[in-house]
Amino acid sequence: MALIGEDVANQIRERLSTMVAPVKIVHFTQELNLEYGRETRQALEELAALSDKLTLEVYDFLIDKEKVAEYGVDKVPATAILNGKDYGIRFYGMPAGYEFATLLDAILDVSKGESELGPESREKLRQVTKPLHLEVFVTPT
Amino acid sequence: MRLAHQFALENDLITADCIEATEFPDLVTEYRVQAVPKTVINQEQSVEGALPESYFLDTVLSAVDHSEGSQEP
Repeated sequence: MALIGEDVANQIRERLSTMVAPVKIVHFTQELNLEYGRETRQALEELAALSDKLTLEVYDFLIDKEKVAEYGVDKVPATAILNGKDYGIRFYGMPAGYEFATLLDAILDVSKGESELGPESREKLRQVTKPLHLEVFVTPT
Repeated sequence: MRLAHQFALENDLITADCIEATEFPDLVTEYRVQAVPKTVINQEQSVEGALPESYFLDTVLSAVDHSEGSQEP
């Protein structure tokens, strides 16, 4: 059974039609992580099918050690959103409910290669000279 | 959540994780997440709530300044 219904799929298709550059979704799953893992992967497969500019790569957290290291993933399910460049944007867990919209936002922003932040914010962010790691905890609503 | 990802787009030194709290109970305990959204900054400090862009940015940046010199990886 599809996780993304036809109506929602059409809305997503429309949003994704504004994509600029192709975006790659890199997903790490784990055989044992069944509760959410399977659904997360299925949702991403259905999503990737909604735009020619979206591709999905799936790796196994326990087997594909090189990719795990390359993307700095330390838990699963993990999902990285990138264009040619990896901006350090990650989702851990299933992006359901409101977070699915956040995932679409991330895809569209990465596709553009720039945020829609105000000029003042962007200037301040350019001045950051040390590693800054943000972990935002959310729940599906 | 989108703000953190937008920050990451603007500077290569910035990385942003969106973490589904119910799937990672150990992290929730470790970081004492009692309400969401909660943003943990460099594994050390945190901000709660969904804040407006400029306020969220200033809070995050001041947290980084504040921790300067106190932690080196």
